[in-house]
Amino acid sequence: MSGKIITISSGKGGVGKSTTTANLGIALALLGKSVICIDADIGLRNLDVMLGLENRIVYDIINVVTKQCSLRKALVRDKHYSNLSLLPAAQICDKSAISEDEMVRIAKEAAEQADYVLIDSPAGIEHGFRYAVKPAELVLLVTNPEVSAVRDADRVIGLLEAEGRAPVQLIINRLNPELVRRDVMLDADSILNLLAINLVGIVPEDPAILIAGNRGQPVLLDERSLAGKSFRNIGRRLTGEEVPFIPLQAPSLLQRIFRFQR
Amino acid sequence: MRFTNLFRRRRRDSDKDIATQRLQLVLSHDRANISPGMLEKLKDEIIAVISKHLEIESDQVRVNFQKNQRETRLVADIPLKRHTGRQKRI
Repeated sequence: MSGKIITISSGKGGVGKSTTTANLGIALALLGKSVICIDADIGLRNLDVMLGLENRIVYDIINVVTKQCSLRKALVRDKHYSNLSLLPAAQICDKSAISEDEMVRIAKEAAEQADYVLIDSPAGIEHGFRYAVKPAELVLLVTNPEVSAVRDADRVIGLLEAEGRAPVQLIINRLNPELVRRDVMLDADSILNLLAINLVGIVPEDPAILIAGNRGQPVLLDERSLAGKSFRNIGRRLTGEEVPFIPLQAPSLLQRIFRFQR
Repeated sequence: MRFTNLFRRRRRDSDKDIATQRLQLVLSHDRANISPGMLEKLKDEIIAVISKHLEIESDQVRVNFQKNQRETRLVADIPLKRHTGRQKRI
């Protein structure tokens, strides 16, 4: 088996990389694919709490790098989806503990055991970013509809292009349809126009993401959440399926009243 | 007329548009790796060179980045003095 290695990156911190990684991992697992998520943010471990697996970690990525244990042994299997597992970041080391070549070796070994390897990149454009994108066959770039996040995304695209690296596809996270309707927020078209790369998904701002994060159950498992549905659709697009984009229109006054009554 | 103009101007400057315009500028400088101050200096030097050979409206010279997909180019718009009648693009 040789699975596809996908890195989730952003440049700017806090735009939703780990949320995206966790949800896409589950989305692909729900489609029957085997998935290994690698938390590459060494020193700032986070993907484990997003997936609700924090209490089950024994080994981490550094134990694998230093050959204290095998990759298979370090993987934490998801509670609900046996075809999804996590390689946790180390919490006590820093990013210099791993080299680009070591990351490539681990990602390739993971790809032999799964259909998809999702690497959650650290923020920034330094060493952590570099080793996270090194093994990638595809980079999913997460951004928010904000000036600073779009600017950082452009920097990352520039860096990846300059090195002739993997193709990049964009995920616009935390889009607020109501603010877009009022012309207060950057819309998807403007962002795509500025960045000039392919779009793979738009995820609306959704309080369900916060609640899901608190509970350690990715938002995708919330059937009513539009953000969850968006992540499920991105998962299907990654497998090559053509999925139309959900129209993200703000609810009209009437719809809001109707919803309120329910 | 005036009222509609007022309305139009307000619409044109929505927060979204301001964000887009600011990003356009910032990204073009980021991509070309040149600061707005350096671009201004470059403009002055272009004006100095062209003025040696042609009479130009130096206060109307525009030097900007123009982008097409991910390709960026520097475009100088240099109007010649009135009596020559036409604008020259370099």
